[in-house]
Amino acid sequence: MILWLIPILPIIGAAINGLLGRKFSNRTVAAIGLFFPGLAMVYTWWIAAQFFPNPHTIVQTFYDLTWIKAGAFSVQYGFQLDQLSMLMALIVTGVGFLIHVYSVGYMAHEGGYYRFFSYLNLFMFFMLTLVLADNYLLMFVGWEGVGLASYLLIGFFFLRDSASAAGKKAFIVNRIGDFGFLIALFLMIQHFGTLNFAQVFDKVNGLPAETAGAGLLTAIGLLLLLGATGKSAQIPLYVWLPDAMEGPTPVSALIHAATMVTAGVYMISRSNAVFNHAPIAMGAVAIIGCATAFFAATIGLVQHDIKRVLAYSTVSQLGYMVMACGVAAYSAGMFHLMTHAFFKALLFLGAGSVIHALGGEQDMRKMGGLRKYIPVTFWTMTAATLAISGFPGFSGFFSKDEILYRAYLHGSWGWILWLVGLITAFLTAFYMFRLWFLTFFGEYRGDQGHDQHAGREEHHGHAPHESPKVMLIPLVILGILSVAGGWIGIPKVMGGSNHFEHYLAPIFEQHAATSAQAAEAEPTAEPSGPPELLFSVAATLTAFAGIGLAWLFYYKRRDLPEKLAAGLHGAYVTLENKYFVDEFYGAAVVKPIVLGSTYLLWKGIDVGIIDRTLNDSADAARDVSRGFRHMQSGNIRSYAGWVAAGAAAVVVFMIWRGAR
Amino acid sequence: MLHLALFLIFGVIAVVGAINLIAQTHPINSALSLVVVMGSLAAEYLLLGAEFLGAIQVIVYAGAIMVLFVFTIMLLNAGAEEQTRGSKVAIIIGIPGMVIGSVAVAWALIRAHTGAEVPVGSLYGSAQGIGHLLFRDFLLPFEITSVLILIAIMGAVVLARRES
Amino acid sequence: MVPISYYLVLSAILFACGVLGFLIKRNVITIFMSIELMLNAVNLSFVAFASYWQALSGQVFVFFVMVVAAAEAAVGLAIIIAVFRTRQTLNPDRVNLLKL
Repeated sequence: MILWLIPILPIIGAAINGLLGRKFSNRTVAAIGLFFPGLAMVYTWWIAAQFFPNPHTIVQTFYDLTWIKAGAFSVQYGFQLDQLSMLMALIVTGVGFLIHVYSVGYMAHEGGYYRFFSYLNLFMFFMLTLVLADNYLLMFVGWEGVGLASYLLIGFFFLRDSASAAGKKAFIVNRIGDFGFLIALFLMIQHFGTLNFAQVFDKVNGLPAETAGAGLLTAIGLLLLLGATGKSAQIPLYVWLPDAMEGPTPVSALIHAATMVTAGVYMISRSNAVFNHAPIAMGAVAIIGCATAFFAATIGLVQHDIKRVLAYSTVSQLGYMVMACGVAAYSAGMFHLMTHAFFKALLFLGAGSVIHALGGEQDMRKMGGLRKYIPVTFWTMTAATLAISGFPGFSGFFSKDEILYRAYLHGSWGWILWLVGLITAFLTAFYMFRLWFLTFFGEYRGDQGHDQHAGREEHHGHAPHESPKVMLIPLVILGILSVAGGWIGIPKVMGGSNHFEHYLAPIFEQHAATSAQAAEAEPTAEPSGPPELLFSVAATLTAFAGIGLAWLFYYKRRDLPEKLAAGLHGAYVTLENKYFVDEFYGAAVVKPIVLGSTYLLWKGIDVGIIDRTLNDSADAARDVSRGFRHMQSGNIRSYAGWVAAGAAAVVVFMIWRGAR
Repeated sequence: MLHLALFLIFGVIAVVGAINLIAQTHPINSALSLVVVMGSLAAEYLLLGAEFLGAIQVIVYAGAIMVLFVFTIMLLNAGAEEQTRGSKVAIIIGIPGMVIGSVAVAWALIRAHTGAEVPVGSLYGSAQGIGHLLFRDFLLPFEITSVLILIAIMGAVVLARRES
Repeated sequence: MVPISYYLVLSAILFACGVLGFLIKRNVITIFMSIELMLNAVNLSFVAFASYWQALSGQVFVFFVMVVAAAEAAVGLAIIIAVFRTRQTLNPDRVNLLKL
């Protein structure tokens, strides 16, 4: 097996489409855009077929080339295949390919078709580099590259100001996180002399756990966390993800639901050795994940744009994954990552199908009763909504349950995490079913046959119609996965054997002897027993409560939402305006920088010092020559005077020399 | 003794003539005082024994060049000068400057050559002696000056010709 | 027996008068005459030194100076006449078309 072929295949497609695609027809572009990722996906399956019988770590270098060599420090183009990266590669290529297929239909009427597929393939290349890298630096290349692809794709409709602004915002906010990541890398180079995963984790495991306070590993952990908050949209750097909905819906599905935003979670899981030795950092991870999950869920309650609801839902679910990593339940976090990739991608693609059906309408207040018109979309989205709400039997149920249970078990304050996570599950169920009811039930509240100028596409309006088959087939496949995808992680207490956790166990087991948490009841093998069943029941009941409340508000008594909003007006306005976080960042961060740049750097230094120096030296030259000009006055007698003066000077000099 | 007295007399006449040249406003007066200066300088040459040069001074300088000057003044009908603002500045700066300058130069010269004396007519510059030098050691410069004079004649004729 | 320095001082005084006239006179012909005065002063010092060092070539040099002065006077006065024809003035301050 050649590991580096997996990322290279998509970039060949990206290059062909990017350089030559302008002249190709849509069919050719789609063929190329699907062929290479599809080939990568099949090749990954082939590798998986050889890998699963005997999972072990395989490291390959690209033709033994050394990338950087600086004294004792060197970095290779190395690719690593172990259980974790195999899982991620399967998710990325599989879900990615399905979304490529979907895009063939969704973007069919858009301009820049070739550009879209080129960027999508480019994204696949970078994401696969990220997950298959065997050292932090190559991972960082992929990390930055997916940020670039995200920028290009969010701002795909670049003629629209809001879209290009959203793209810039995404890239800049990501950059802040990347700054933290880079500093962590520098610390690693300084103290470990290497960035290779195996070597770094060896060294980290040799260090004692930092229980007494902050130290090197805590610093590295917190900085890596900063990077993860940027890429995985956690507090405080989540603000780019809702704006990223300006991009086409397949982009939101692929990048901002299934793959790129999970890069942060993957990175934390990969660096589990560091976090296991730095309890403070790990605690910070858990707190941020939990807070983000709750915070985003509250905002999602009152949003009107269907994609915004899903965006905040993504932030919230990512919070669950991060929280899982923060309680050392890494396999639970990865499990939720996988199931979330299935049902969130399905939700976004389904939302895209809805939007496509309505000719561009995204406001849920103008939807309703659509289940008659778009049945396939309706049933697949139902599956996804049930999955995300944690309905028993669906994939999300198993993954979310495991996270909540492990959170409860973590230390003395884990129950707080569990409680907040439970409330968030209630809110999740509520707002997802709110979306479901508003979109598919009741009377159709939209404008019939009206050309939507506010719509995102050029589709002319007519009665809602089902999407073409090329868009529906991925929906169906993802629907099946949303239902069945969780069955590989069924815990023992319910009769399964939790293949998933055992599969990932070797990756997360390296620390057990030295971790400070070893004393707690937190072995990697789960303590499955009746208590877990109790928690599952509790979680299920909260999910039902959320569903029931949504049924009440949005099906039975449709007047209740307005009454509640009027009653709690202040809270409602705060939630609707996303807690004014964007405005706060604008005033507290952006405005001072802009003011500083304008007055200090631009007017003060650039104009005042640099320009002034140049201008003043030019002016000085001019003034000097203006002074000398008086010697050339055109007046003969002044010339005579100058001659006499010069002669006198010479004579004086000669006398003076003669006198000495 | 007589030598010194004669030197002083003619020297004073020369200096007075020079000052008068500057002091007069009408150019014809300046021209005539310049003639006086040249005459007294011719006498100084004779005191130094340069009889050929003294003759040449009177004939060429006072007799030809100054006559040319006087002719030009009469031709152009030059009147007395006018005062302009710049000339006042020149007077205020120039006179003290020149006085100081000449005093400095004189002082330096005296210091350099104290005590050295020149006897009267010690070097007899006869026409024969100068002729020997001119036509033997300085023949080339002599011939070139003849070309120079030719060019000057042509130049003067061309420049002063009336446009027709 | 006159010391050589007396001759030189006389020459210096005459030269200074020439320069002064050159600077302060406002008639171009008078300026020209000041130039002739300067030349004469220098001639005097040449002759004095020739006598002092018993070198006749000093007097030959005076001869050449006179020749050149004659040529220069002729050409210079021709120029003055030409300028007078166009500018109708003998005041050098008025010949200022090159002034900014």
